[in-house]
Amino acid sequence: MIPVPPAVQRFPWKLIALLCAIAGFGLLVLYSAAGGNWSPWAWQQGVRFLVFLGGALVLGRLPLRLFENFSYLAYIGVVILLVAVEALGFAGGGSQRWLNLGFMNLQPSELMKVAIVLALARFYAQLPPGETRSWTALWPALLLIGIPAGLVMLQPDLGTALAISASGVIVMFVSGLPFWWFASAVAAGAAAVPVLFSFLHDYQQKRILIFLDPESDPLGAGYHITQSKIAIGSGGVGGKGFLNGSQSHLDYLPEGHTDFIFSTMVEEWGLIGGLALLFAFFLLLRWSTRVALRARARYGQLVAAGLTMTIFFYIAINLMMVMGLAPVVGIPLPLFSYGGSSMLTIMTCIGIILAIETDSKTGTRRLH
Amino acid sequence: MLGKRPPITEAWRGFTFTRRTLLVGGGQMVVGAALAARLGYISIIDKDRYVLESESNRVNLTLIPPRRGWIVDRNGKALANNRVSLRIDIIPDRLHDKELVLGRLQTLLRLDGDTMERINRDLKAASGYQPVAVAEDMTEAEYSSVLVRLPDLPGIAPQRGFARNYPTGAAVGHLIGYVGTPNAEEYEKAKDPLYITPGYKIGKDGLEKYFQEMLKGKPGAKRVEVTARGKVIRELSTQPDVQGKTVHLTIDADLQEFAARRMGRESGAAVVIDCLNGDILAFVSMPSFDPNSFSDGISTNEYAWLRADDHQPLINKATRGLYPPGSTLKPMAAIAAVEHGVDPSERHTCVGGYRLGRRFFRCLGTHGSIDMPTAIMKSCNSYFYWLAHRLGYDAFAPTAKLLGLGEEFQLAGSNQRYGTIPDSAWKLRKYDQAWTASDSLNAIIGQGYVSVNPLQLAVMSARIASGRRLYPRLINRQFKNEPLPFSPEALAIARLGMDLVVNGAGTAVRSRLPLDGITMGGKTGTAQVRGLASGSRGQSGAWKYRDHGLFVCFAPVENPRYAASVVIEHGMGGSRAAAPVAKDIFTFLYDREKAMEALDTFEAGWGGTIKDRMDRDYAAWKAGASTGPDPEAAQ
Repeated sequence: MIPVPPAVQRFPWKLIALLCAIAGFGLLVLYSAAGGNWSPWAWQQGVRFLVFLGGALVLGRLPLRLFENFSYLAYIGVVILLVAVEALGFAGGGSQRWLNLGFMNLQPSELMKVAIVLALARFYAQLPPGETRSWTALWPALLLIGIPAGLVMLQPDLGTALAISASGVIVMFVSGLPFWWFASAVAAGAAAVPVLFSFLHDYQQKRILIFLDPESDPLGAGYHITQSKIAIGSGGVGGKGFLNGSQSHLDYLPEGHTDFIFSTMVEEWGLIGGLALLFAFFLLLRWSTRVALRARARYGQLVAAGLTMTIFFYIAINLMMVMGLAPVVGIPLPLFSYGGSSMLTIMTCIGIILAIETDSKTGTRRLH
Repeated sequence: MLGKRPPITEAWRGFTFTRRTLLVGGGQMVVGAALAARLGYISIIDKDRYVLESESNRVNLTLIPPRRGWIVDRNGKALANNRVSLRIDIIPDRLHDKELVLGRLQTLLRLDGDTMERINRDLKAASGYQPVAVAEDMTEAEYSSVLVRLPDLPGIAPQRGFARNYPTGAAVGHLIGYVGTPNAEEYEKAKDPLYITPGYKIGKDGLEKYFQEMLKGKPGAKRVEVTARGKVIRELSTQPDVQGKTVHLTIDADLQEFAARRMGRESGAAVVIDCLNGDILAFVSMPSFDPNSFSDGISTNEYAWLRADDHQPLINKATRGLYPPGSTLKPMAAIAAVEHGVDPSERHTCVGGYRLGRRFFRCLGTHGSIDMPTAIMKSCNSYFYWLAHRLGYDAFAPTAKLLGLGEEFQLAGSNQRYGTIPDSAWKLRKYDQAWTASDSLNAIIGQGYVSVNPLQLAVMSARIASGRRLYPRLINRQFKNEPLPFSPEALAIARLGMDLVVNGAGTAVRSRLPLDGITMGGKTGTAQVRGLASGSRGQSGAWKYRDHGLFVCFAPVENPRYAASVVIEHGMGGSRAAAPVAKDIFTFLYDREKAMEALDTFEAGWGGTIKDRMDRDYAAWKAGASTGPDPEAAQ
């Protein structure tokens, strides 16, 4: 037997294989969506994936202490960026979500999905256990979530604001805050839905109303949902076959390579392809949840649990959207949809979770 | 409250974390399972519905307008057929840069302002894939100039279709009618998507309308795969159209065209009937319109020109023109008189008129002592005044009706005005007045209340010639055609009189047939447009006040085969205007070359064929010149 060097052994081979499987499948779908062509999407997406995978592996070797120390700094930095896009957007006379960095367009709101988890985990890791049920445990967290969520809502980007809030609330939840706080918040939230609804922009309201009844406007805003369901349903169990999806190839399915890539895939690969992808995502989330459970530091626990939620939120909302269970909110499918920002976020999440895994394998348990 | 709870320790916190993380993970798995279930539901339970919707997305069905059935004459010669028509349409859904594309088309095809306005109007009203016509009947050069630029003209759809064609043009205008694009009401009624397919035409008038169901055929369909933006990827399948059925008419196309041309610049009608079975061989009303113009969508200008013409080219005078028949009813009167016991050899002396009480009814001549055949030959009014006064018009009216006058026939595609054959009961009903002897005198010479259409006159001569109750027909429709209840003697007298009119010393001797062994019998008629009181005899003056010229005839005299009527509006006299036309029409039936020679001479004088003259007149009219054959100034 060839001796395997320990450095190579320490590589998370299974995880890399899983990520490559998901992203590789995505590349095939992008290849098909472009009409059997590697350009313009698949080729670029493949390179981007490899770069970000490398980045994630590098992140995974960094000491967890580093993330913990820079948590607040990162959070403050991203908040400043959010204010900056808001100001630039205001100057530009329209809604703007991204900063042009030259090589890519950076959406600070994407970075915030990670930063909010880091900042809240840091906060609860430092919080003395005795304070867990006190007011001190609550208001700083609400402030930490409220500022970025509010800024993102102003853009306006309802989906990302919800994603930020969801990840933050999950960190609060797993940090042990009293259960009834969440129960009453959910109850109050349900009661406040009509009020919140009236605060939404017209087009956001319309999206939600049409989500509730997509057939009411089959050629207008309900078009996306209707065409997506047609793509998924017409694939049946076995799919129409690779490169044979008429909905995507004949442009009936809008955004077939980004937000609605799942429909593009299921049209050609059928229920079997859809379940296979769901299973791959299940394996990914099971891995990150296990990392959270095995983390030796409290910070690591909270971060891993929070980032798992971030990844899950992407997947769940996107799939609900394409299957007509949620309004069209413009959230891509992680590792699958064409696009840099979301992949950057996901790979950052995975890199940090890797760092937590490395930390718990090497160090000793440290829970304060 | 806090005091009652156990103190929070790190161990408790770790335990809570594990529990809650597992709870969250479990929740995520529930959501994941729900998503998998939803996925399965859509792709298994709802699959059929979505497969169907996906297909209806992908496949676009285009109707191919069917080729219209032909209308042919008795020998199978086409009176209406189809020709290849090159056309281009706009598919509104695929038109992304309207201004650019329309601008290019305008310069490419030199479309005028009217056309551009129509296209813009149609585009506003149209939606989706419903094509809007840009140009029809393009030349090969124009068509290919669009074809080569197709990549730069998104939304343009060139098509090779068919258009209705009438080889003899205006000669069959009133007979065949015309086709046209269905209008909104017709579409509403039919609810047929074919009606809004460019290039599809329905029968709008005449036989085209009457035989619409037979002629229309069945549309074909083309299934094509299209993208969401309407770009055609490929053709999936094509089902060819089924051409409409052919309609066979009794018309003789050559005779029809000859008769139409022979009418020349006159306004009037000519009908030729086969005495054996009632077949209508020619059915002409002139001037006419060119049905080709209507079928291509007539321009407002051309329509205005047709409407402005005082010769009324839009009215079918053969069935919708009512005229006092004048002396053409004298053979009919002779039959009635013989049937009522008058001896045809009994003589009456014409002294230039007939005195009825204090009124003196004039005759056109002073014919002296004449018998019945001579009275017909000379068209002596006095003789017939005498008969009418003696028998009363109620003795004549039933005979007139038996001969087809005042009758509305079952004739395909015609819209008839059937006129009046008056009698005492009619007058009482209509005017609540008693019939007078002077009414009888006026009626017997085909004036007064009497009015008939040219078709009825032709039927009358066919019935006199055949002795049977013939019904006119344009298609092979069976009528009984039983013998008329007249004695052979009565019919013989009428025929003899008509023979003498042409071949004796009658009013139409100049219109003898230039043929060996075949003679024509006929009767002239001159119908007053203005009453005698106006002082004019209608032989001069403004065109529209001149007398109508009528002629009824049959040939050969010995064994009648053909019967005809010719009416020339304001022709000033039957012998002068109508009989020569009838002569040439009958000549054509027996000797085409001879007849064509005569026609060529005439047409040289008139200024060319019907089409030449119409084109010139229209051009002149457009130029603003007045080209009426008899301008008002002549009065």
